[in-house]
Amino acid sequence: MDWQGQKLAEQLMQILLLIAAVVAFVVGYTTASFRTMMLIYAGGVGVTTLITVPSWPFFNRHPLKWLDPSEAEKHPKPEVVVSSKKKSYKK
Amino acid sequence: MHSFGYRANALLTFAVTILAFICAIASFSDNFSNQTPSAQIQILNINWFQKQPHGNDEVSLTLNITADLQSLFTWNTKQVFAFVAAEYKTSKNSLNQVSLWDAIIPEKEQANFWIQISNKYRFIDQGHNLRGKEFNLTLHWHVMPKTGKMFADKIVMSGYRLPNAYR
Repeated sequence: MDWQGQKLAEQLMQILLLIAAVVAFVVGYTTASFRTMMLIYAGGVGVTTLITVPSWPFFNRHPLKWLDPSEAEKHPKPEVVVSSKKKSYKK
Repeated sequence: MHSFGYRANALLTFAVTILAFICAIASFSDNFSNQTPSAQIQILNINWFQKQPHGNDEVSLTLNITADLQSLFTWNTKQVFAFVAAEYKTSKNSLNQVSLWDAIIPEKEQANFWIQISNKYRFIDQGHNLRGKEFNLTLHWHVMPKTGKMFADKIVMSGYRLPNAYR
């Protein structure tokens, strides 16, 4: 996944789980069935897992451009220049 | 969120945290239920009333217990535990509670019942104070939830009296 995809995955996961929880509670409360609430929530967790955990292509729409290894050899790594600015003392 | 394991862990943790919230709200919703239980207890017969060799009084009763506890059941109720206790005062203790009978009610349909039975547990005093003793019969109940807080309450029925002499 790319960076945008990771952010999307995290947001999708949180929103989907919250929706599943709200739907499960409302349906369970109105039908007075604890079992229904638990089943709906478990289903919601399963669906969210299927959508957000595997590395689907739509998470990779802004792929990072990695440098080709053969290209890297042609351009040496730049040297780190230590630039020190010393304050001039005024006596 | 860069790897499969990372995302799976984050999802699982968040899902369990939200599950805890759902259960807390479900338990909180129990506060809004309208509870109107009713009960009646009759003492049909005093089977015997004796002083044990060690000096403690013991009495055996036949009770007729009628109760409607159906309104105690909510969607978040696993079972209701009900018990009948005899409560009285002596010079030694300001409150004596002796449990005479109990039952576990797992379903709402079974909560409207009457039962005629001799006391399940023995009614033995600490001492010999029971002759002519006035006592209350209290039906206590504990509403045990599937998740969350347990509620307990009772109905006190007074006006019962033991005979003045052993039989």
